[in-house]
Amino acid sequence: MRIEVRNLCKAFSGVAVVRDVSFAVAEGQLVALLGPSGGGKSTILRIVSGLEDPDSGEVWLGGSRVDRVPARERGVGFVFQHYALFPHMTVRENIGFGLRVRKHDPAAVAARAEEMIRLVGLHGLGERYPHELSGGQRQRVALARALCPAPKVLLLDEPFGAVDAKIRGELRAWLRKLHDEVGVTSVFVTHDQEEALEIADRVVIVHDGRVEQDGSPEEIWRAPANAFVAEFVGAGNRFAGQVRQGKIDLGFLSVPAPEGVAEGENLVLLCRPTEVFVDAGPALPDAPRIARIAFLGTTMKVEVEIPGRDAVVAEIPPSALRDKNLAVGMPVRLCLSAYQAFGRDSLATQPATSVTPVGTWFMDGGGI
Amino acid sequence: MVTDASGPGAGAGPRRLPFGLLDSPRLHRPALRSLGLGYLIVLVVLPTAALGYSSLADGPGAFWRHVTRPEALAALRLTFGMALLAALLSAVLGTVAAFAITRLRIPGRALLEALVDLPIAIPTAVGGLMIFAFWGPHGPARGPLDALGIEVLYAKPAILLALLFVCFPFTIRAVQPLVEGIDLAQEEAAATLGASRPQTMRWIVWPSIAPGVAAGSMLSFARALGEFGTVAIVAGNLPMKTQMASVYVYAEVESGRPRSAAAVSLVLVAASVILILASDRYVRRAGGGRRRAAGGGR
Amino acid sequence: MIVTARDILGRRGRAAAASATYLYFLVVLALPIGWLFLEAFGFGPGTLLAKIGSPEALHAFRLTGLVTAIAVVVNAVFGTALAIVLVRHRFPGRALANALVDVPFAVSAVVAGLMMVLLYGPDGVLGAFLDSSGVRVLFALPGIVLATLFVTFPFVVREVAPVLRQAGTEAEEAARTLGARPMTILFRITLPTIRWALGYGVLLTAARSLGEFGAVLLVSGNILGRTQTAPLYVYQAYTDFDLAAAYAVSIVLIAVALAMVVVLEIWKLRRRRIERVRV
Repeated sequence: MRIEVRNLCKAFSGVAVVRDVSFAVAEGQLVALLGPSGGGKSTILRIVSGLEDPDSGEVWLGGSRVDRVPARERGVGFVFQHYALFPHMTVRENIGFGLRVRKHDPAAVAARAEEMIRLVGLHGLGERYPHELSGGQRQRVALARALCPAPKVLLLDEPFGAVDAKIRGELRAWLRKLHDEVGVTSVFVTHDQEEALEIADRVVIVHDGRVEQDGSPEEIWRAPANAFVAEFVGAGNRFAGQVRQGKIDLGFLSVPAPEGVAEGENLVLLCRPTEVFVDAGPALPDAPRIARIAFLGTTMKVEVEIPGRDAVVAEIPPSALRDKNLAVGMPVRLCLSAYQAFGRDSLATQPATSVTPVGTWFMDGGGI
Repeated sequence: MVTDASGPGAGAGPRRLPFGLLDSPRLHRPALRSLGLGYLIVLVVLPTAALGYSSLADGPGAFWRHVTRPEALAALRLTFGMALLAALLSAVLGTVAAFAITRLRIPGRALLEALVDLPIAIPTAVGGLMIFAFWGPHGPARGPLDALGIEVLYAKPAILLALLFVCFPFTIRAVQPLVEGIDLAQEEAAATLGASRPQTMRWIVWPSIAPGVAAGSMLSFARALGEFGTVAIVAGNLPMKTQMASVYVYAEVESGRPRSAAAVSLVLVAASVILILASDRYVRRAGGGRRRAAGGGR
Repeated sequence: MIVTARDILGRRGRAAAASATYLYFLVVLALPIGWLFLEAFGFGPGTLLAKIGSPEALHAFRLTGLVTAIAVVVNAVFGTALAIVLVRHRFPGRALANALVDVPFAVSAVVAGLMMVLLYGPDGVLGAFLDSSGVRVLFALPGIVLATLFVTFPFVVREVAPVLRQAGTEAEEAARTLGARPMTILFRITLPTIRWALGYGVLLTAARSLGEFGAVLLVSGNILGRTQTAPLYVYQAYTDFDLAAAYAVSIVLIAVALAMVVVLEIWKLRRRRIERVRV
């Protein structure tokens, strides 16, 4: 069922946590609310579920407005970050709870609970108590419990926040598969951009109580709507520059300027470490030099120091490092293969939502 | 801790306190143990054994005769009945109060919270005098009660009030931590699953606090069984009518019949020990079943 | 405004629970205490002060203070020792010893007094022996102290033992590897670990000692000006229809009780904060 929220606002003891948030989730989609902790994502989710009521704004489920409907009548499934399983009930009783309180026939409840147990792959664990289960298993029980009464929509609050990193990856893929099987419209909250980009059909970026961007994972990655989104989804390097003769002069490097920028304009460039290339360079006194090399697994993290500036971080394949004989202390040349440019003044003085990117640049080279 | 084996570096240790002799590892461990256990034996084991011995010294027949004297039986019956009533009442009211103090933002919460332990600190004789003052001949309730023909002082209602006073903290203090420990997300989960308020209360909240209620009411019952000071002042202490078992024991001692007193005491002690052991199990279960009270971030 | 899921009682339920709570506190605690104060002040401040300052009352206060002080010191030392032994030592009968600690909780004050009478009275084993060696226990200070020690026995042990168990032995073992002696460890590591729990146990001991009535009544003989503690004095005055004296001493005892409760409450909050930080 389609979910739509319009102009939601919510403050806790005078502090605005959600500010005029609107977005819609199409029937059958899996959507991520992504953003840093404390940005209001969970509150939005709780308002949709009815656990919190909005100060203003509307929540629509399907064709009906539900923001004044109590949670117990709203028919949403909710998965809590710390599971919130009932400790004195078995797995089966936990899962069947939603049907039991609606006075369904016990046999029907048992059959449906069994079906759910099988769906989430917990065969044979129906008589266990929550404290006898692993974190991942508890998460599955929580999900089965939420799905059991066939909710109109499924809401998940940091569903993988409480399991350890190894299982998180498995659960993630499993959740996507389960969603495709069940097909229920779902929204999940996460602060992990990798998680959001990997399994969501669409990502809504929430920061400081506002929606910063709403788009497909690829759009978010390729064309961040503003500097906040760009930095949040992984653009780790930040440069200040000025437009000079059709190029952006960063002081140590000039890169091509996007269309439509005026001569002399001040810009901020954001660039992912994977888009920074490092090569051996001339040994000038103020040349950038490699300060540190760290092994990250599939890539190497190279930190380059530029006299009088912040360090630049690059991620390059180990083979490149070997081929170019790069080592700590060596003078290097840098080039940026892709970056986003943002108006500097607007970035500093206006809320991030209103900062539109001046341009995005993809290229194969550039340099000194 | 004070276990043995000082390593080779012991002599070169940090600044030493002036307990050279007690530092000897062969001495301090047995010394500590005899100190602690000796204390236990002198203060608890010997008196308890004396009670057991005296009550049974004349044989089981004598014990039975002492316990089944009409005055003794009447006192025991009254005591168990009033204690049960007080325990049940304070279980219900104490649970409600614990819930109200911890969960509801009722005005004056901090004051109530501080008052809970007062009956532990107020001497029982003073507690009795308080009840005497309020319900007695000069009390504000005297007029209406007289008009209605209700006797409070020197009758069962006063006994009940006295027992409620001394039992006051037990249920509240046993239930409070459990109410605090409830994971609110569980109640929210129940709500999203469609449970009504009474259903959530019955299926989610009650199982979490039930062990505390059980433990608290058992402790109350045990305490009420033995209560003396308040009761001695307000109960009237008429044998066969308003004489509680503890007062009966006192009267028997004063009349020079310590064996008879010991027999009735043994019944009281046995009942209390069983209750306290049982409540201990509940408390432990409640502790073991307690779950982390973490809520999600917002 | 919809009612959120956390509000389990609903508006009417909340109102009912709040009124029941207030009523409970009022009827059982607040009104009787308040009325006792009203009645007491009805006698006028002059009378009250005279009653509190009478030689018998003063002696009763002094005796109560002395007994409390002894009970606090003895329990602090021996109770801590017993807690350490119960938690850290392994010996046959440990479970039994552990269970015996709670016996005084289960014993009525009067029965506690009776136990002392049976043990130290003229017919008791120890009583006969002590009498023959010239030590008077019953109807004297030692009897009062023993009875008080009995009823306050579990407080320190039961507060200290769990903290010791939870703290484990790591810090003490670390100190030992650093070459600290047992006594140094006791004073520098163990005691600082348990000091909040010990303080709480001591406060409970003091509160109970100040108010102990039934046990003391039986063993003291209630001899005016000699073995009469403050609670006994209240009882005596009440049975003698000297209500002014009974109320006067009562308000002093209630004031002390209130002060104790406030200290206990503060102590509890502080302790909870500190022990939470440590864990």
